[in-house]
Amino acid sequence: MDDKTPLLSVQDLSIPLPLGGDRPYAVENVSYDIFPGEILCIVGESGSGKSMSANAIMGLLPDYLRPTQGRIFFNGTDLLTQPESRLQAMRGREIGMIFQEPLSALNPLMTIGKQISEVMQVHNEYPGNQRKQRVLDLLNFVGLPDPSVLYDVYPFRLSGGQRQRVMIAMALALEPALLIADEPTTALDMTTQAQILALMARIQKEKGMGVMFVTHDFGVVAEIAHRVAVMEKGILVEQGSAEQVLNHPQHPYTKRLIASVPHRAMQESHQEKRPVPVLEVRNLYKAYVSGRGLLGTKRVVQAVDDVSFTVHDGQTVGIVGESGSGKSTIGKCLLKLIHIDHGQMLFQGQDIAPLPEYRFRPMRHNIQMIFQDPFASLNPRHTIGKILSDGPIANGKSHAQASMRARELLELVGMDASAFHRYPNEFSGGQRQRIGIARALALDPKLLVADESVSALDVSVQAQVLDLLRTLQQELQIAMIFITHDLRVAAQICNAVVVMHQGKIVESGLPSQIFNAPQNPYTQKLIAAVPGKHWDPTQSETA
Amino acid sequence: MKKFAKRYARNYGAVFGLCIILVVAALAIAAPYIYETSPWMMVDAPLIPPFTDAAYPFGTDMLGRDITAGLVWGARVSLIVGLLSTAIALAFGIVIGAAAGYCGGRVDDALMRFTEFFQTIPQLALAVVIVAVMGPSIYSIMGAITLVSWPPAARLVRSEFMTLKRREFVLAAIVIGQKPSRIVWSQILPNAMSPIIVSASFMVATAILTESALSFLGLGDRNMMSWGFMIGASRTMIREAWWMSVWPGVAILLTVLAINLIGEGLSDALNPQLRKRSE
Repeated sequence: MDDKTPLLSVQDLSIPLPLGGDRPYAVENVSYDIFPGEILCIVGESGSGKSMSANAIMGLLPDYLRPTQGRIFFNGTDLLTQPESRLQAMRGREIGMIFQEPLSALNPLMTIGKQISEVMQVHNEYPGNQRKQRVLDLLNFVGLPDPSVLYDVYPFRLSGGQRQRVMIAMALALEPALLIADEPTTALDMTTQAQILALMARIQKEKGMGVMFVTHDFGVVAEIAHRVAVMEKGILVEQGSAEQVLNHPQHPYTKRLIASVPHRAMQESHQEKRPVPVLEVRNLYKAYVSGRGLLGTKRVVQAVDDVSFTVHDGQTVGIVGESGSGKSTIGKCLLKLIHIDHGQMLFQGQDIAPLPEYRFRPMRHNIQMIFQDPFASLNPRHTIGKILSDGPIANGKSHAQASMRARELLELVGMDASAFHRYPNEFSGGQRQRIGIARALALDPKLLVADESVSALDVSVQAQVLDLLRTLQQELQIAMIFITHDLRVAAQICNAVVVMHQGKIVESGLPSQIFNAPQNPYTQKLIAAVPGKHWDPTQSETA
Repeated sequence: MKKFAKRYARNYGAVFGLCIILVVAALAIAAPYIYETSPWMMVDAPLIPPFTDAAYPFGTDMLGRDITAGLVWGARVSLIVGLLSTAIALAFGIVIGAAAGYCGGRVDDALMRFTEFFQTIPQLALAVVIVAVMGPSIYSIMGAITLVSWPPAARLVRSEFMTLKRREFVLAAIVIGQKPSRIVWSQILPNAMSPIIVSASFMVATAILTESALSFLGLGDRNMMSWGFMIGASRTMIREAWWMSVWPGVAILLTVLAINLIGEGLSDALNPQLRKRSE
């Protein structure tokens, strides 16, 4: 591959951040090449500047960010010196782009067919009847069913994965030589992600184009990359072939990243079961009813349908499922944040389901929750000290006792005591999630419900928070329900796993049993969809 | 607080508005000291044009009353009515809106139908009827303005509460066992304050206009000089003495404009999205 001339060559690119940013450059002295017919993965955590160079190539940088140094050669022309009109002509025709959010990247008021043909229209390609035929061919090519029906359909009728396929069809409309994909599968479910990745690999092979794939997920990298470039804080720290970077990483940052990738090597810590379970859920049923107006028919969605499971002391039960499987609804039901339709929830032998809110409130300290979004779960107008002491105060402790407890907790979750007087916006996502954990622990709960608590975090931070959760849980012997969509994370932390699909439990058992010998066809599909299965990060030379 | 002032000062229009309001407020407070005699007293010959007599820079009206004194005393009525009636309407609106937004369900339905009952009647028409029934006095005017201006405030507070109560930090407060009253007071209300403050500034402007309209129609307080009354009284003389209606008109225009500018400045300064970009 080395003897070919590169399709795209980024040389010494530097883009300064406006004054007052957390570092002087968004990207600094970044150089990489993309050859025809290869997939280059740019990996990095949030804020590493990985999307920035992609936007620079497309000329999509905001006005206050201008490259001060470097060149971007595409087929021999420097894109940075081209006028906007020339770039406009190139976008779509020679360079295609796929965005992260398929939900917001399509115009909701335009049919699928119109949106795809618009790309050809602005470039005056495929005139007349050819255009519609081309759209149908493209829809067919990206694996969408019934292209002729889809042509006249509006985006809201399609699922996330189908919309992403439409986006790919749009990007391919004019057969660009280079395709830039910015986190195209991040917003999708695991099984959909696997399909889209397979589709992109097939397209790339058939059309022989160069692909630049921006992602944060090493599993995805292992799945499709030919070459990998790793970015840290705006600097490209390592690049090389996929095999080399994944299995023999050189730079300490790459090693650290790979070491924190959740892997499926699970510690089988067998729990001897105690006589009294902490929580026993029996035949839980919850349906969402919508469209109950004067007109219109009722729509009933069975979010949780006849679910039963048991959690024992010191045990972590993972509830795994894709979006819409009802896993988060179970979490909310357990905390009585929403009403359940029927079923029993026995907490230490007492059914909490029929209790009215004022009778349940004194019991709330037993069951605590760690929320999903570390940015939304802390009140922006309260100091950390107040956030942590609110709970004890609401449960009858004095202010002095509560603030002493808050300081202890900060230490317990590995935060500095100075955090006490500061506000949430001064902390990073990982630190905020630690504060969220401290808040949940402040009331000495018997049961913790963690709803996607690490999904919003970067891999390395995610690994730290998972570590913290595991040590705390083992020290304090709390029972935990860990709700997640990520099988790899579930495998790492859970003693027992429950797999949910469309509101029902399809399979449950020990993690090793579920992951190595899944019985249910849906579980098998889910396990098969985990990206980068053939690559085991524990075998990588990260020491 | 210092940062807030800095962000506010970035909007020149808002600073200009604040200056005007400070001048108007200073005049209103100092009125009894500047013009010791009542603005209703006849002090000189009628219909002195403006800028001809140094003692009466804005001229006199058809009965020989000093227009400048009327303007200064009128500022008192405008500001008192604007601020007080807005404060009461806001308190009422927050209580109704918070209850409706937080409780939801039947409580929400009942309170919102009640609110809509007021919103279906045109504001000025309702205010005129109330003042006419209760007899024109500063209290009935403020009562009428309060009664017509709380529904939009309640609606706004309700919508803020409805979105905020679904946020994770509010769920977290429920989970740790805080009582609903405490959640409303310490978790939700402080986060809903920015849009409420901004809309309150526009409510003050509307209240001043409503008071002027009521006084123009002859429903003002007989004992207090007001800008609206001055315009109303001069409408028969508009061809002979333009200045009688122009000066109070300019006063209303400037005051309402200034308050609107302040509202816009507050809305920018309190907007966290704008804050992040520049700091």
